[in-house]
Amino acid sequence: MRYDMSLPWWAWALMGAGLAAFIAMIAVSIRRNSGVKRSLFAAPYTLWMILFTIVPVILIGYYAFTDASGAFTLDNFRNFWDSNYESNKVILDVMGDAGAAYITRGTVNVDTLVYSLWMAFLCTVICLLLGYPAALFMADRNMKLGSSLVVLFIIPMWMNFLLRTIAWMSLLEDSGLINTFLKWLGFDGVQLMYNSQAVLLGMVYNFLPFMVFPIYTVLSKMDYRLSEAAADLGCNSFKTLYKVTLPLSIPGVVSGITMVFMPSVTTFFIPRVLGGGNTMMFGDLIESKFLTEGNWNVGSALSLIMMLLILISLSILRKADPNNDGGGIA
Amino acid sequence: MIKFLKRFYLGIVLVFLYVPILVLIVQSFNAGKSRAKWEGFSLRWYVELFQDERILNALYVTLSIAVLAMIVSTILGTLAAIGIHAMRKRPQALMMTLTNLPNTMPDIVTGISLMLLFIFTKVDRGYLTMLLAHITFDVPYVILSVLPKLKQMNKHCYEAALDLGATPMYALFHVTIPQCKQGIITGAMLAFTLSLDDFTISYFTTSPLVQNLSTLIYSSARKGIDPSLNALSALMFVALLILLLIVNRRTASAD
Amino acid sequence: MVENEHLIDLKNISKEYDGVKVLKDINLYIRKKEFVTLLGPSGCGKTTTLRIIGGFETPTSGELLFEGKEISHLPPYKRRVNTVFQKYALFPHLNVHDNIAFGLKLKKMSKKEIDTKVDAMLDLVNLQGYGKRHVDALSGGQQQRVAIARSLVNEPEVLLLDEPLGALDLKLRKEMQLELKNMQQRLGITFLYVTHDQEEALTMSDTIVVMRDGNILQIGDPKRIYDEPANAFVADFIGESNILKGTMVRDELVEFAGAKFPCVDFGFGENAPVDVVIRPEDIMLVGEDVGQLVGTISSVLFKGVHYEMMIDTGAYTFKVHSTTMQPQGSRVGLNIVPFNIHIMKPMEV
Repeated sequence: MRYDMSLPWWAWALMGAGLAAFIAMIAVSIRRNSGVKRSLFAAPYTLWMILFTIVPVILIGYYAFTDASGAFTLDNFRNFWDSNYESNKVILDVMGDAGAAYITRGTVNVDTLVYSLWMAFLCTVICLLLGYPAALFMADRNMKLGSSLVVLFIIPMWMNFLLRTIAWMSLLEDSGLINTFLKWLGFDGVQLMYNSQAVLLGMVYNFLPFMVFPIYTVLSKMDYRLSEAAADLGCNSFKTLYKVTLPLSIPGVVSGITMVFMPSVTTFFIPRVLGGGNTMMFGDLIESKFLTEGNWNVGSALSLIMMLLILISLSILRKADPNNDGGGIA
Repeated sequence: MIKFLKRFYLGIVLVFLYVPILVLIVQSFNAGKSRAKWEGFSLRWYVELFQDERILNALYVTLSIAVLAMIVSTILGTLAAIGIHAMRKRPQALMMTLTNLPNTMPDIVTGISLMLLFIFTKVDRGYLTMLLAHITFDVPYVILSVLPKLKQMNKHCYEAALDLGATPMYALFHVTIPQCKQGIITGAMLAFTLSLDDFTISYFTTSPLVQNLSTLIYSSARKGIDPSLNALSALMFVALLILLLIVNRRTASAD
Repeated sequence: MVENEHLIDLKNISKEYDGVKVLKDINLYIRKKEFVTLLGPSGCGKTTTLRIIGGFETPTSGELLFEGKEISHLPPYKRRVNTVFQKYALFPHLNVHDNIAFGLKLKKMSKKEIDTKVDAMLDLVNLQGYGKRHVDALSGGQQQRVAIARSLVNEPEVLLLDEPLGALDLKLRKEMQLELKNMQQRLGITFLYVTHDQEEALTMSDTIVVMRDGNILQIGDPKRIYDEPANAFVADFIGESNILKGTMVRDELVEFAGAKFPCVDFGFGENAPVDVVIRPEDIMLVGEDVGQLVGTISSVLFKGVHYEMMIDTGAYTFKVHSTTMQPQGSRVGLNIVPFNIHIMKPMEV
């Protein structure tokens, strides 16, 4: 099996020139001061990032602020606010002022965004409530299996997440395992699929480990003598948790919230499978703008809004963890 | 009693995480195609798996891209980490922002922005573009796992090597890199698994003609998943499990 | 001193970091087989000086000569000096043998030759049979020895040591001081040693260079530095001292703490302000009626070999070391013989 690796000639030329420039720079610096300047080692990466991260983001910005002909416009953002913006414009053009009566604001985009944020918020809260105790118990010094338990949390992530999500279908379907079991017990079947709860379940299922790891990392690095000291100073175990452990684990919590909230807002596979198209989230919206409608301009505007929202929420979260020592997945 | 409750709670959470996987594995042995009805034990799907051109193709794409992306991003990322480590404060902070940027960008935006880049530059999307995209999201993770090791290193070690007659290049390969070996390995593993598991970014940067497992599963999700895919993931799951056990054994005996 | 006896010459060396001067016009020479110590508080520029000689820093201005040849732009791996780093900087991924053999392997020696040399070095530093050990499994003192062996095996002209004993406990440090000194004499290698520990400097060195704020304050052999400190700072830094402001009434008569004392110094002029330095062990306790000064003992501390007493005369509180104890609160007389009064020009601060 072979795949086409062909690129336009200028792409090869560019890459060749970049590589040649890098080698030349190193050669010159070896010549000149008998040692390679270490910071030059980051040059290929810098070039790569500019080409594949910075330029693409600039492209999104470009499309967000231009119309189909390439002229500057803010219509794409108006379109976000009012999804009927284009058709309303046509109505007004054709009917003049009389058309005003037929105009309504389309709220699909804003509603979808609000719904996504709400779902992501719920998912984050549930993950935190489920995950914090799990991380706490795992970090318990009396729990000898702590580090092996972490591996148990990682292993499921090796399985393709789409397949795992689809597997939930077999459990939740009308003819699925849970309903079959209920019927066998003599109850009526329940509609479990194709609603918000199912989507939420799928999200919690997929993102829970991302909440557990950072909290566990922080808790397991915490000096256990601190809680002994708290006990020594008269805290009972509940007070110790509340007054010592909890505040000290904030960095982990912050990083957990970031790692759950961000993918939750933008997920577009889970609602499609478990929501069955009845629920649309912001990720679906963006995807359909690009791939179904082919409207890059509005799609880019939506992406930009999403990026902005995430950057704002991240900077708020950073305030709670100024040293950024929450520890990630690594 | 409290200890039991704690274990019970952890047990419940783990059951929640493993139930779908169990379902999936059981289904792969089901003789029928139905998701819910058990029609008897069979290895039918495992046999069909090895005859299904599409699945094997997707597997090849997934694995080869994961390996290539791992190799390129590990080299690029390790070099970059060494470079960033040697920088002065200002440019270092700038580079770290650049490195953290993809982490703060939602996958879907990364995928779409790369798609726009490829369409804009008239590069046909396919195998190569997917590979480029995977390298792009892998590199920051490599940097973030190598950099702490460099920071932990006694900074005089490198000087000591020069002092003992090593050229900067020799010192790099015989002192610096061996000491961050652990970070490099972690970074490479991370890159490999991230690439293996990626769906969103692949989805936007490839064409329907070149599919990896994730995009294949996605495109067939509505019609119902071919149980052969379940069989394949069960096999991969077991393979990874065995790999993990071997690694664990080796690190345990190394200690 | 004949010029060609100098192994290393530093001529008007200055070093700036981002506009901050850390070395100001340093002039220094090091002779063959000499044990030279750079002594000073942290931040005085001693480590920077060492790193310039080692090749890890380039001076902002000035010349660095090695056997008369300018080397300040030569990279470290082309210099015939080796460094023992502060925290040893052993390579954690190599065992003891491979750490020591690191430099030899670079010289493309045969394996047999390397093994012989490494074993000889392990003998020298008393670590026979430790070759296969992992460096992390060694104690601080053992790591120190490996670091020294790793440098010495390359047979450098000069060995640079940057606070090599700083991380060891007191007893081990004393042992290692003696061992290092012996090694230096036996091998006939020039040692340039950096420390902030004045006692270490006094016991080991042939020559001490006292530094402060990027300047050299005094160069001399240990006895001279102790007995004739160039200024109050040196006096204070080397050993313990009572340092007072005084006035030189005329030649061989000085006034401080409200009394006049005969001394041996002259040439300061009449009624000139001076710094007066008196070592605590040079003050004799006598009866209240015969003392040049009279004071009350405000505290007594037992220090092992002697008692340390603080004696308040009203004008100044003297620190006095004596082997006989006087009870706290008692009044005593203080006497100082003329040649134990050290008089120096006041320091410009």
